[in-house]
Amino acid sequence: MQITFRRALVGAAALLSLVAAQAVEYKQILSDKSTLGFVYKQMNVPMEGSFKRFKSQLVFDPAKPAAGSAQFEIDVASIDTGSPEGNEEVAGKLWFNTKAFPTAKFVSSAIKPLGNNRFEVSGKMSIKGRTLDVTTPATYRQDGANGVFEGTFVLKRADYGIGEGVWADFGTVANEVQIKFRLLAAAGK
Amino acid sequence: MSSSSVASYTRIAISLHWLMALAIIGAFCVGLYMVDLPFSPQKLQIYSWHKWAGVSIFALALIRIVWRLTHRPPEPPDHMPRWQRAVAEVTHNLLYVLMLAIPFSGWLMSSAKGVPTVWFGVLPLPDLLVRDVELGKQLASVHAALNYTLAALVLAHVGAALKHHLIERDTVLVRMLPLLRQR
Repeated sequence: MQITFRRALVGAAALLSLVAAQAVEYKQILSDKSTLGFVYKQMNVPMEGSFKRFKSQLVFDPAKPAAGSAQFEIDVASIDTGSPEGNEEVAGKLWFNTKAFPTAKFVSSAIKPLGNNRFEVSGKMSIKGRTLDVTTPATYRQDGANGVFEGTFVLKRADYGIGEGVWADFGTVANEVQIKFRLLAAAGK
Repeated sequence: MSSSSVASYTRIAISLHWLMALAIIGAFCVGLYMVDLPFSPQKLQIYSWHKWAGVSIFALALIRIVWRLTHRPPEPPDHMPRWQRAVAEVTHNLLYVLMLAIPFSGWLMSSAKGVPTVWFGVLPLPDLLVRDVELGKQLASVHAALNYTLAALVLAHVGAALKHHLIERDTVLVRMLPLLRQR
């Protein structure tokens, strides 16, 4: 009798936790455990870089992805291009002009579920005073109490005037820059 | 061809010697020039060219060493004292070591600085080190020190060749530079 009762209790608890897991809503991106990286080609050599500091807002319920939204504010000066002299260079006017445009911004406008925890996120990207529509695929998976969002998309630097003047030619630094994000989000109330 | 002594280097050995001499002197001068350039697309291009040259020199050096080990070079002239033969042998061996060590140190430095090497923009070489800015700086010093050692040895090498040709008037230089024989 006692054993049956305990079993029922365990079963109920398991059921409850399952419901709880499904009802999770992510509201906070853990910036220090997330990465915003990019890969660019310099003389056809793939170079990795990243932005070290960014702020974000997130609302995402895996059960209702289309109702979710995300917003990022990236501290452009926190860029790491892979070399100290590269970092110095891209802060300048021809690249990001970080004095005049210290933050880059992404604001999602729609999250389209593609099934299997894959999504298509559309939104507006603002860099160096120019705002353009971008779309990126993203995946979601649960990792313990957190959610992991990952995706990769290609951004063309010339669209935002990143690398003007002598750098405008794509022979040295290619136009296509691959953006790679891995975001760890915590559930919140 | 198992005669105890040969009169000249093979045509391949001569070609490799002069091709590498040009490539090494070129890469050395470009290297000296490029380090102080301001950051620009041109600088990135020149760095890439320098690296392509370095990898090519490394590959040529491997071919050359294999050729050297499988083809007997001419003996030093009879009048050369034993100590000079020893010095010449040590110098030649060091030159071979540096032909490999210098491009290799450059490749390591590039890896440590976080810039992979892609030969002629086509063939990616593996990164042997993870990115480490401090290590990159140390390897840059190693690369430079090896290069100055090479420059000193090359000057000694050229000086010795000229001494053989102009003072001792033997065939040491001519057998590597058959053009001189025509005069």
